[in-house]
Amino acid sequence: MTINQSGWKPEMAVKGADAAAPTFTGNKALMLEEPLIFEIGSTETTGVDFAEGDVKHDRLGDLTRKAPIGLPGLSEPETVRHYTRLSRQNYAIDLGLFPLGSCTMKHNPRLNERMARLPGFADVHPLQPVDTVQGALGVINELAHWLITLTGMHGVAMSPKAGAHGELCGILCIKAALEARGEGHRKVVLVPESAHGTNPATAAFAGFTVEDIPATADGRVDTAALKARLGPDVAAVMITNPNTCGLFERDLKDISDAVHAAGAYVYCDGANFNAIVGRVRPGDLGVDAMHINLHKTFSTPHGGGGPGSGPVVLSEALSPFAPLPYTARTADGHVHLIEEERTEEFSNEHFGGKLDSFGRMTAFHGQMGMFTRALTYILSHGADGLKQVAEDAVLNANYVLRSLEDVLDAPFGSAGPCMHEALFSDSNLAEGFSTLDVAKGLIDEGFHPMTVYFPLVVHGAMLVEPTETESKAALDQFIGALRSVAERAKAGDASLKSAPHFAPRARLDETRAARKPVLVWKDAEPQAQAAE
Amino acid sequence: MRYFTEEHEWVEIDGAIGTVGITEYAQGQLGDIVFVDVPADGRTLAKGDEAAVVESVKAASDVYSPVSGTVLEGNSALADSPDLVNSDAEGEGWFFRITLSDEDELGELMDEAGYEAFVAKL
Amino acid sequence: MRYLPLTPADRTEMLRVIGAESIDALFDDVPEAARLSGTIEGLPDHATELSVERHMTALARQNTVAGEVPFFLGAGAYRHHVPASVDHLIQRGEFLTAYTPYQPEIAQGTLQMLFEFQTQVARLLGTDVANASMYDGSTACWEAIGMARRITRRGKAILSSGLHPHYVSVAKTMAKYTGDVLETGTPTLSADTDLDALIAAIDDDTSCVVVQYPDILGRIADLQPLADACHAKKALLIAVVTEPVAMGALKSPGEMDADIVVGEGQSLGVGLQFGGPYVGLFGCKDKYVRQMPGRLCGETVDADGRRGFVLTLSTREQHIRREKATSNICTNSGLCALAFSIHMTLLGEAGLRRLAGLNHAGACHAADRLAQVPGVRLVTPRFFNEFTLDLGQEARPVVRALADRGVLAGVSLGRLYPGEDSLANGLVVAVTETTTPEDVEALATALEEVLA
Repeated sequence: MTINQSGWKPEMAVKGADAAAPTFTGNKALMLEEPLIFEIGSTETTGVDFAEGDVKHDRLGDLTRKAPIGLPGLSEPETVRHYTRLSRQNYAIDLGLFPLGSCTMKHNPRLNERMARLPGFADVHPLQPVDTVQGALGVINELAHWLITLTGMHGVAMSPKAGAHGELCGILCIKAALEARGEGHRKVVLVPESAHGTNPATAAFAGFTVEDIPATADGRVDTAALKARLGPDVAAVMITNPNTCGLFERDLKDISDAVHAAGAYVYCDGANFNAIVGRVRPGDLGVDAMHINLHKTFSTPHGGGGPGSGPVVLSEALSPFAPLPYTARTADGHVHLIEEERTEEFSNEHFGGKLDSFGRMTAFHGQMGMFTRALTYILSHGADGLKQVAEDAVLNANYVLRSLEDVLDAPFGSAGPCMHEALFSDSNLAEGFSTLDVAKGLIDEGFHPMTVYFPLVVHGAMLVEPTETESKAALDQFIGALRSVAERAKAGDASLKSAPHFAPRARLDETRAARKPVLVWKDAEPQAQAAE
Repeated sequence: MRYFTEEHEWVEIDGAIGTVGITEYAQGQLGDIVFVDVPADGRTLAKGDEAAVVESVKAASDVYSPVSGTVLEGNSALADSPDLVNSDAEGEGWFFRITLSDEDELGELMDEAGYEAFVAKL
Repeated sequence: MRYLPLTPADRTEMLRVIGAESIDALFDDVPEAARLSGTIEGLPDHATELSVERHMTALARQNTVAGEVPFFLGAGAYRHHVPASVDHLIQRGEFLTAYTPYQPEIAQGTLQMLFEFQTQVARLLGTDVANASMYDGSTACWEAIGMARRITRRGKAILSSGLHPHYVSVAKTMAKYTGDVLETGTPTLSADTDLDALIAAIDDDTSCVVVQYPDILGRIADLQPLADACHAKKALLIAVVTEPVAMGALKSPGEMDADIVVGEGQSLGVGLQFGGPYVGLFGCKDKYVRQMPGRLCGETVDADGRRGFVLTLSTREQHIRREKATSNICTNSGLCALAFSIHMTLLGEAGLRRLAGLNHAGACHAADRLAQVPGVRLVTPRFFNEFTLDLGQEARPVVRALADRGVLAGVSLGRLYPGEDSLANGLVVAVTETTTPEDVEALATALEEVLA
């Protein structure tokens, strides 16, 4: 059997002994407990008033829903209070620095929210006649233009719904291109061992066999090993740049040339595009496909786990295979929506003479609400602002790296500057103390922890991405907090083992949750039955 | 007679039948086991095939068959009590029983002393 | 630049701490040839809020807003009234600007909401359990087909001709790469669903049958016989619900023994948004939960014994299973799930039933009125809030002509099935609580003029 190499150990899920709240309500002043809607609502209550009207007319046949559904309702004030109270149990960027490496948690400009809610964008149906949605198609087309320009690529597929979906789109383009060339027999995708887990998952889904490429001691892809593995069975190489250790892959152009010479394609995971936007164009490095997480680089809100948006920029070789639908603007200014029809009409001038789309990836045109936000972001920042974004993101990360490398082990710290992420390991903590303890200690200091145990190539990894929207004062406070927690972990401060002590909840029992999963609320047994 | 693999499986041989599980060392590395997926009766396995999956909270690991043969039965007790693997990895926490098709393969496995020496070096 | 807090003095001081001469020195690893010389072609420098707002507003004005005209489009996206408090609450920064709840001690708000959402979805669809949401209905539908393959270890899926053609298209795209065999068909412009044909087609290689309820033309049929036929052959029944409001009036697929029920949740809380972001619903029977894709939230206790929630069963997911994951998905549609859940909480069961009743009554009235237009025939005698008309002539140009008269009349089957002549005369009309009797009259009158 294989054993987890990440450095996470089961005993890290410590059972602490913090006394429960000593108040009548269980609340602690502003820290408010909130029951489930199933415990406070009633199926007879509704927070919505409806117009009077006849509802008797019935063409449902014998399919009327008669049995109780079990959906509790609340009045509007109760609803507002329920969700407001829940919201206060969350950490968020609006509350403070959110240094999750690889996730790019930066400020979400509120103008973007206002623009996405303009009725002309928010209250438009995806299947309206195209003459009635020229502005919405215009947004898609305009954003597509800037994404192509910023990356130096040839085309872009806008419809993927999130990063992993975009990754799948890029890999499907590669597969389609290989098959069109009669080289569908190329079955191997090379993935560096430091890659995001989605990379191998995506390649495997598309029917490829995944092979790991080792890293060098300085945290980069082993170029020699990669080149040695290229051959007639290799379909693609998937590389993250800047990589998951927060370093720029210096050899990427050289690698791309070798990959192309061997008849394969280069997929770039664009999760870390934030570090180079406006300064480096992936197209100049020989990349064939790269997804762009609009919720990272272009700051559409993460929303507690989506929705994301993952357009994929494509090289000239892959553009003809992009998914439906797509937009095309003609000289008269009209923006066309190309669906299952009209692909012939729009193939030549826009897609290099040939168009062979692999089909749809989603029902409609992609994440329109994210497109409006991302376009607003790009126009607000402009050419100078976007370049400054990359520079300040890299400056902030290097400032964190150099301010803490005396107290925390920085495995690649001596190899030169990092990009937008500072990477530390758990190697100099006291015996019995781990990355998880540092993370939980940071919670008590009022910060969201950094990314932990990723990338897998570093033991007990702590990946800090401060982003460019933090002030120097905020960084200094974070550095002070992390230094303090790290020193406690090095000194063997036992109280760290049961942290957090001041959060709405102490460490949660994940084993219990996974052994006997309780995934939905079950109503209590009726009294009579329970008494039996 | 009990044999061990470098992937931390054990197989106890009784005539032509082998009982397979993961070692005490392996369960300690995995921590609290939350789920075990055992192979279906009648499944044919070659030595080294992925036979079962064992999950802790943070990791899912494949368990490979130490021998070739046909699965007689999976341990149904693990469905409700995956913690048996933690409490008795090399006894009640067995994964599956298999009819061996090639007893010569056993020669390629380690004995108990060999496995102990192997683990000591990890 | 208003979004970047560092001052020039800060930058100088920070470079000094780092020990770098300049910002450029931090980019030393970027080979000279890869550096972008000069600026981004054609992109102006940073702009004021006001000027960006003007640009975006000008684009927004080029669109016909659904709420400003008589509006009858559905076919997988429905216009409902969303209470004001929904948008207020989802814009709370603690929800809007939070990450995936991987640190449960400081994410109980999102986690409890997801647990409530999962329960609401399961009850609505009639399933035992539900996940924390998918991208949208079409991707949820494909994921369900993949899940059926994993459970049955069979590779042939039979897709009803009543399934949304874009959902079929998504499944076809994916199946090309996974090797699944999909049997698909084209609907007929008639009252009859293809249930009998589906039952006849199930064989020992069938992993699942996928049926939409109500279907793309708005038709409804009892799924129980189909479920029985599937189970007799050890295949799964997957039901697809694109209009969740229908579940307030119609027996749920789970009650008719569907094994997996997926849906598009956009109707509640989310709005039209020109197609996205939406929220995929995904529920199934208890026994299949470990084969389910997507995130799951589960109940547990903390170290002090207090109830709390965590993401669970994550070993199914890509960040741990890598190439063996149940799916490559690594996000859900959290904020849209929140909007859905808040709207559902405001409605409650009584409100949902009332809302569904109003939708159905309005649709019945509209169907009767439109069927009186000379040359128009109602194709679907039984429906919920969406029905199909046969216009007696090609519907697509009629829709365009009606748009010119300020009426967004519905979705022509010609748009959904280009090249299918047998469907070209079909118009799918959706009616919700937002549709007024005056809207219906405006459509009927305009339709009479255009068809004449």
